[in-house]
Amino acid sequence: MLAFAAKRLAQSIVVVFIMSALVFVGVYAIGNPVDILINPQADQAEIAAATRALGLDQPLWRQYWNFISGAFAGDLGKSFAANIPAVRLIFERMPATLELALAAMVIAVLLGIPLGLWAGLKPDTVSGRAIMAGSILGFSLPTFWVGLMLIMVFSVWLGWLPPTGRGATVMVLGLPVSFLTWDGLAHLFMPALNLALFKLSLLIRLTRAGTREALAQDYVRFARAKGLSMERVVRVHVLKNIMIPIVTVTGLEFGSVIAFAIVTETIFAWPGMGKLLIDSINVLDRPVIVAYLLIIVLIFVLINLLVDLAYTALDPRVRLAGRST
Amino acid sequence: MIAAQAPLREFTAGFARDRIAVAAFATLCLILLAAIGAPLVSPQDPYDLAQLDILDSKFAPGAKAGAGFTFWLGSDDQGRDMVSAILYGLRISLGVGALSTVIALALGMAVGLISAYAGGWLDNLIMRLVDLQLSFPSILIALVLLAVVGQGVDKIVIALIFVQWAYYARTVRGAALAEKRREYVDAARVMAFSARRIVFRHILPNVLPPLIVVATVQVAHAIALEATLSFLGLGMPITSPSLGLLISNGFAHLLSGRYWISFFPGVALLITIVAINLVGDRLRDVLNPRIAHHYGA
Amino acid sequence: MATRHFSWRLGALAVQLFLVAAASAAELRIGLSADVTTMDPHFIAAQPNLTAQQHVFDSLVRTDERSRPVPGIATWRTPDPLTWEFTLRKGVKFHDGAELTTEDVVFSLERPLAITGSPGGFQTYVRPIVAKEVVDRYTVRLRTATPHGALLQDLADVLIVSKRAATGATGEDFDRGRAAVGTGPYKLARFARGDRIEFTRHEDYWGGRLPWDRVTLLVLPSDPVRTAALLSGQVDAIEHVPTADIARLRKSPAFRLEQTVSWRTIFLHVDQSRDRPPGVLSKAGKPLAESPLKDPRVRRAMSKAINRQAIADRVMEGLALPAANVVSPSVFGHDPAVKPEPYDPDGAKKLLAEAGYGEGFSVTIATPNNRYINDEQVAQTVAQMLARVGISAKVDAMPLSVYFGKARNKDFGIALLGWGTRAADLALRSVAATANPDKGYGAWNWGGYSNPKLDDLIAQSLGTVDPARREAIARSASALAAADVAFIPLHYQVVTWAMRNGLTYTARTDEFTFAHYFKPQ
Repeated sequence: MLAFAAKRLAQSIVVVFIMSALVFVGVYAIGNPVDILINPQADQAEIAAATRALGLDQPLWRQYWNFISGAFAGDLGKSFAANIPAVRLIFERMPATLELALAAMVIAVLLGIPLGLWAGLKPDTVSGRAIMAGSILGFSLPTFWVGLMLIMVFSVWLGWLPPTGRGATVMVLGLPVSFLTWDGLAHLFMPALNLALFKLSLLIRLTRAGTREALAQDYVRFARAKGLSMERVVRVHVLKNIMIPIVTVTGLEFGSVIAFAIVTETIFAWPGMGKLLIDSINVLDRPVIVAYLLIIVLIFVLINLLVDLAYTALDPRVRLAGRST
Repeated sequence: MIAAQAPLREFTAGFARDRIAVAAFATLCLILLAAIGAPLVSPQDPYDLAQLDILDSKFAPGAKAGAGFTFWLGSDDQGRDMVSAILYGLRISLGVGALSTVIALALGMAVGLISAYAGGWLDNLIMRLVDLQLSFPSILIALVLLAVVGQGVDKIVIALIFVQWAYYARTVRGAALAEKRREYVDAARVMAFSARRIVFRHILPNVLPPLIVVATVQVAHAIALEATLSFLGLGMPITSPSLGLLISNGFAHLLSGRYWISFFPGVALLITIVAINLVGDRLRDVLNPRIAHHYGA
Repeated sequence: MATRHFSWRLGALAVQLFLVAAASAAELRIGLSADVTTMDPHFIAAQPNLTAQQHVFDSLVRTDERSRPVPGIATWRTPDPLTWEFTLRKGVKFHDGAELTTEDVVFSLERPLAITGSPGGFQTYVRPIVAKEVVDRYTVRLRTATPHGALLQDLADVLIVSKRAATGATGEDFDRGRAAVGTGPYKLARFARGDRIEFTRHEDYWGGRLPWDRVTLLVLPSDPVRTAALLSGQVDAIEHVPTADIARLRKSPAFRLEQTVSWRTIFLHVDQSRDRPPGVLSKAGKPLAESPLKDPRVRRAMSKAINRQAIADRVMEGLALPAANVVSPSVFGHDPAVKPEPYDPDGAKKLLAEAGYGEGFSVTIATPNNRYINDEQVAQTVAQMLARVGISAKVDAMPLSVYFGKARNKDFGIALLGWGTRAADLALRSVAATANPDKGYGAWNWGGYSNPKLDDLIAQSLGTVDPARREAIARSASALAAADVAFIPLHYQVVTWAMRNGLTYTARTDEFTFAHYFKPQ
């Protein structure tokens, strides 16, 4: 187990290395942030001086070397635009994104598993079909479009929910969270629902498929034939059967929820790190972009690891070494 | 030949049992026809700036254009006829979605099969690469590509291939690994068949049907993703708008009551994606119920 | 009787409570259109940052709503062309209670030069000052090496910080409020980057009592979302009202609009220095022997082909005025005698034929798609209009992050640019003067236009300290650039604020949104 974790970690470090180089070159290729951030009234000498001051006049390999040696010393550089360390800037924004992503996953799981179970147990009823039709809609509607519609309906027409931003926060364990205040919840609901929609549909379908498969299996049929109540069959056999794919998906999807929070955060002006990334891309704030992606990769790798561990916990037959995704 | 027809007939019959799926299939065919025939039926070429007139802009549905025809679904902020724009937009959206999916599928399949069959360090390397790839937010890939090669239809296709291939590679690898452990592959190996023969004659035919189903649904995803990228300002060039860009353009006019600029392209996008998904769903049910395992996991 | 009496009392109490509540909870929430990256006023010269920072800090030179210098915390005179003497208003208090002195002023004018690692700081504004001489607690003399007429406009953007609080301060010290000690109308209460900035009233503000106890600036960059926030009552006012929503808000009795012509001029840079500018081809797509854009008649023809009024009415929904000058009407150095080129497609065709391009040619118009109001729509409309006179035009739209770098790299034949500044000579120095790194001229002259006469006029104007004489020279420079079609002006943007009924705002040509300019009606 420990050896497995260590191996994965080593692989991940290689991944992070390649990542950093790719992103570094990519952002370098886009352009010079000084072109965008420079005081319009500055003359050529001042533009050159600003480029020099940021080290952007040096050859790419040297810039990368500086970055790497800084990174090993725990310094990923200062944000060009915000004048504070990029990592601190991202950690400043991370709680908001994590809160949004967690809220979305909670919505997806709390709604998705029961709905999927229902659709799987009663596939031919009207309700079962309606749930599936709904999940197809959830799959089909582009996130940004749903976000806009939510704002139109709930904020502008009905006036029930604030259209954008994050509500009042309170500090819990040194982190600002908003779900504990009424104002915060009101602000959180729409973006979380928006972000959850896709995962919700995915979970409904997975759960339904898992349920149907479980019900078709011999031991379940046998159990039912033995006279076990449907409720018990579901609790003991079906849930167990569908747990593994669901854990995988919830785990793996959490990383992508964080990444794709970018769209939701952009629409709802949610002050998370996804919106920070878009803003940073717009002004080519390379330290922030690189740091963001490195952090995302680390989160992703970590989640992968946790999913693998959860796998073994749930199903001892799975041998860790045989699975590498 | 005759043997191959029986499963096909069975398949068609199985598909036809679901009336919703049949309706979706018919809708999809109609959409395809409309997209292909767009230049024949559109009153205007919405991509030719010389045919547009700013004085015709933002007309409500039913208004008469300066050139004489009627804006049945209104006009956008450049004086584009929405009907023409939607038909041409469908062309781009469907084309981009299908093309990128097919290429990504081929690429992902090749990589996934190699990975599964080779195993060992190569498998490990490829799967790390897949991890790496999947950890990139797609919009960053798009922006980087855009910056290096410029904006355009071909670039967005490249970006969408980039976003999708790893997903297929992972799925194919999983499916192939499962097949590999089966007896018929073992048997083939015992009979000392070449690796290529095992892959192409034995593993691929078993992996392919579920993959094609996934790919059908992925076309819808690719279309939605393209729309999202366009919405974020990273996708299509403004002069040849896809459905996503039309929606995004119209978003600005939504609150002012000019709903048609955003609403109708949205409906077209929605119908297209739902139809593809319904057809894909049915295909999966008919072809292989086990696909649910691979899908999305 | 008793009940009636009671209910009356209750009513009175309710009224009283309401009044108390109204007085104590006078809060103003404003939706901003762009993010504020730091509260350090000397780090990056970006308008959104300056918007937020000017709630906390004053500058030595205030500008009025027409962007003309007016006395604020100081008055000035010029004893000789190389000396500017500033006298501070007495009793101006910092947020920490200390009085503003010339020490703080000198410190604040030096600090921009000491900032490191900034991609676009304020050095350019203070560099002309070669010596600072403190006469007494309230008087300071600034000397320049050569006469520098634009010093007042330059200093309007340099904010005055407290020497005590800002010595050795980092960006974070400003963000956290420790160093954000100014003399401005509001104290920084909380800076939540990307989300909001909260202020409380500075009770000892030198400019008198302010109507708002608390001010919150919310960052709402998405246009429809900003409007939605106003419509739903989440904010009391928004800046940069999206063009598409103007009509709706104007009709609604619940909201008011305040408008003025912005200082921002939108124009097209047209390449005039190269024989084969990118994208300029024959109609068949073949390279041309010589660039048609070099011929002033062709540039004039292109200008005539553009229906500016249609752009203003249709694309900008009335939020623009046809442009003729490099700067808009209220800005220093605007020449009112120069009129916008009238829309004349036949005249354009005639001029093209005269120049030998009767059969037309093709061009590509490059434009950013996230910088100026409706930038890519404007470019498309211009392309439509050029097509009507035989110049087939494509539009190449891209995000700003890509655009400016490519433009500086001279990758475009025709490129859209917007410029907002306080004086025509400053604008011309950047966008129309012959590129000359030694003089610092022409840093944004993408088109490569060059006319020594114009360069002379710009130098003369900037070197004239007397405002009236300087403006006369700046005007003739504006007129000369227009006569040469150094660039093709499109429109002056109109800037709009929308607010709930019961509020008024003094619309500013420099587009700044200040809570202290909002008043209850």
